[in-house]
Amino acid sequence: MKLHRTSRIAPLAAVGALALTLAACGSDPATDDAPTTDAESGTTEETSLSGQLSGAGASSQESAMQAWIAGFQSANPDVSVAYDPVGSGGGRTQFTEGGVAFAGSDAALDEEELALGAERCAPGDVAELPLYISPIAVVFNLEGVDSLNMSAETIAQVFNGEITQWNDPAIAEANPDVELPDLAITPVNRSDESGTTENFTEYLAAAAGDAWPHEASGDWPRTGTQSAQGTSGVVQTVTEAQGAITYADASKAGALGTVAVQVGEGYVEYSPEAAAAVVDASPLAEGRGEASLVRELERDTTAEGAYPIVLVSYSVACTEYEDEAEGELVKAFLTYVASEEGQQAAAGAAGSAPISEEMRGNVMEIVDAIA
Amino acid sequence: MTHPDREPSVSSIPDAPTPTPEPPPVSTQGTRPAKDRAGRAFAGLSTGAGALILLVLAAVAGFLLLEAWPAIQAPAEELAKISWIPDDGSLARYVGPLVFGTLLGAVLALLLAVPVALGIALFISHYAPRRLASALGYVVDLLAAIPSVIYGLWGGLWLAPRVQPLWDWLGANLGFIPLFEGPAATPPRVMMTVGVVLAVMILPIITAVSREVFLQTPRLHEEAALALGATRWEMVRMAVLPFGRSGVISASMLGLGRALGETMAVLMILSPGLTYSFALLAAGRHQTIAANIALQFPEASPLGVSALIATGLALFVITLLVNMAARWVVARRADFSGAN
Repeated sequence: MKLHRTSRIAPLAAVGALALTLAACGSDPATDDAPTTDAESGTTEETSLSGQLSGAGASSQESAMQAWIAGFQSANPDVSVAYDPVGSGGGRTQFTEGGVAFAGSDAALDEEELALGAERCAPGDVAELPLYISPIAVVFNLEGVDSLNMSAETIAQVFNGEITQWNDPAIAEANPDVELPDLAITPVNRSDESGTTENFTEYLAAAAGDAWPHEASGDWPRTGTQSAQGTSGVVQTVTEAQGAITYADASKAGALGTVAVQVGEGYVEYSPEAAAAVVDASPLAEGRGEASLVRELERDTTAEGAYPIVLVSYSVACTEYEDEAEGELVKAFLTYVASEEGQQAAAGAAGSAPISEEMRGNVMEIVDAIA
Repeated sequence: MTHPDREPSVSSIPDAPTPTPEPPPVSTQGTRPAKDRAGRAFAGLSTGAGALILLVLAAVAGFLLLEAWPAIQAPAEELAKISWIPDDGSLARYVGPLVFGTLLGAVLALLLAVPVALGIALFISHYAPRRLASALGYVVDLLAAIPSVIYGLWGGLWLAPRVQPLWDWLGANLGFIPLFEGPAATPPRVMMTVGVVLAVMILPIITAVSREVFLQTPRLHEEAALALGATRWEMVRMAVLPFGRSGVISASMLGLGRALGETMAVLMILSPGLTYSFALLAAGRHQTIAANIALQFPEASPLGVSALIATGLALFVITLLVNMAARWVVARRADFSGAN
């Protein structure tokens, strides 16, 4: 996409400020006194992008989204993008109700939401693009221990309350070099329904076999456990309590110890590359629209160097917008988000895993068609 | 009994600037129309304000009913799809433990707060030197102005680690009492901690109202008690407390109302769980309605939102019942209060 910028920055900025208050409209630098309300859609080469774009949804994407917004706005100073991290469900609802132009969601839309979304996007389609891939770290608070090796079974038993002491043989065997204290394990989970929980339990259900008797769910399946609200809540709780362990967005792990997860014969620490590797190795979900790139993640992968506990957060948008100017903005924004520059910006800000070239190709095919 | 101190206030109505007795209100209509127009306008405004509060109440009740309706009449299979609703899809089974947890936390807070609040109020009204009393009263009023999220942060980050040893001790030594069934959870994200923080939160309002009521005790009552040879404590017991009883009950109900609806502090401190358990020191056993709504709302589906609003309806009903009960108690006690 080519964006022309004139040297007359000052008047342009003034018009931009004016235009912002009047919703999205293509303002031509030459006729800058009377801003027209959504009349001509800025599709000609002469106009630069301006207007307001709003999104809402998953809080997991928040740090990345801030980086994307900063990057996009510095390239398009007349555009203002806002993202409200209300949560995936809230974002999907606001999107299907037409309140926001795009949504961020940790989970794909369910059937009901897809139907509502199809209505909202008619005659277009709902696009679901995996633009934010983030490893979920299993973090713990043990003095003097930075990293522990655990298999999926061990992790499942710890979170299921079957392994209750840190010096349990199952943990000790996998970590011969670490001196484990005789301390009770306090598993901490998210108390709110969350995509992180859903992805973590999905991993346990798929990879731990009988050790994890529960189904995958966004709501923690066990009762009587220690829990806290939100990523910051669980991380805070674990930081305060010796012997506590939880799962959290890797970017928020801070100084806590992390678990290297057993994949095949080896143990894999979380890293952006390892997370992207497992997404690339997974097939597309079937039975969804053409603009949907939802992946069926292979949690029990044995691929070397792939880290299986990842959260894939989707950018949800329409392939067609009633307001053409809005469509232009969404298209430009998602183009930036999917670009190498955008993905690197997110990786820097949020520790997410940049999508692969192949994925970028698939995403851009859909984004280019947005109108 | 009439009180000499009160009499001036009776005759100091703004409408009567002169000491001469006013003619009956009927005749004023003709003589002072301008003033009466203002009077009528004021009467209309205050009636409007009174009606408005009823209207708001009706609007809230209507909203709750309307929004909760889809969940109330939804088939069990639909509700069971919501991950945090019990598998049999019973809304009642979901709301039950929440109601229990809400009441448990609020009653616990009230039990902890009322004795302390009465102590502070009596100290300010009858024991403290005048200068200290007014300073202390001011501080108490300030406490009431602290937002609940601050109490939540304080409770979760500062208080919780410090009460841990106490809870451990309770669990180890008084564990035979079901309330203190041990071992105490680590970290102490339990109902007991929530109760303490809620108690601190409702302390100022109970103290402030009780203090005002105690200060209203007729001086003659107090002096009569002292003249009969009562000590100061006996005077407080015989004159001040009976006079202030209905006021204290009202104050407690105000506090209870705040504790019932408290959201942020509970949300930040408690590890929630949906059971009917009296074990105050165990994690993951209790949850309150308000905190649960705040917790689950962000990720809730449309039907889930409706189910949450249904729990909100339950909270609304509980609060109404509590307030009506308080009214009834106060009305029943009014004869004894000495205020007449």
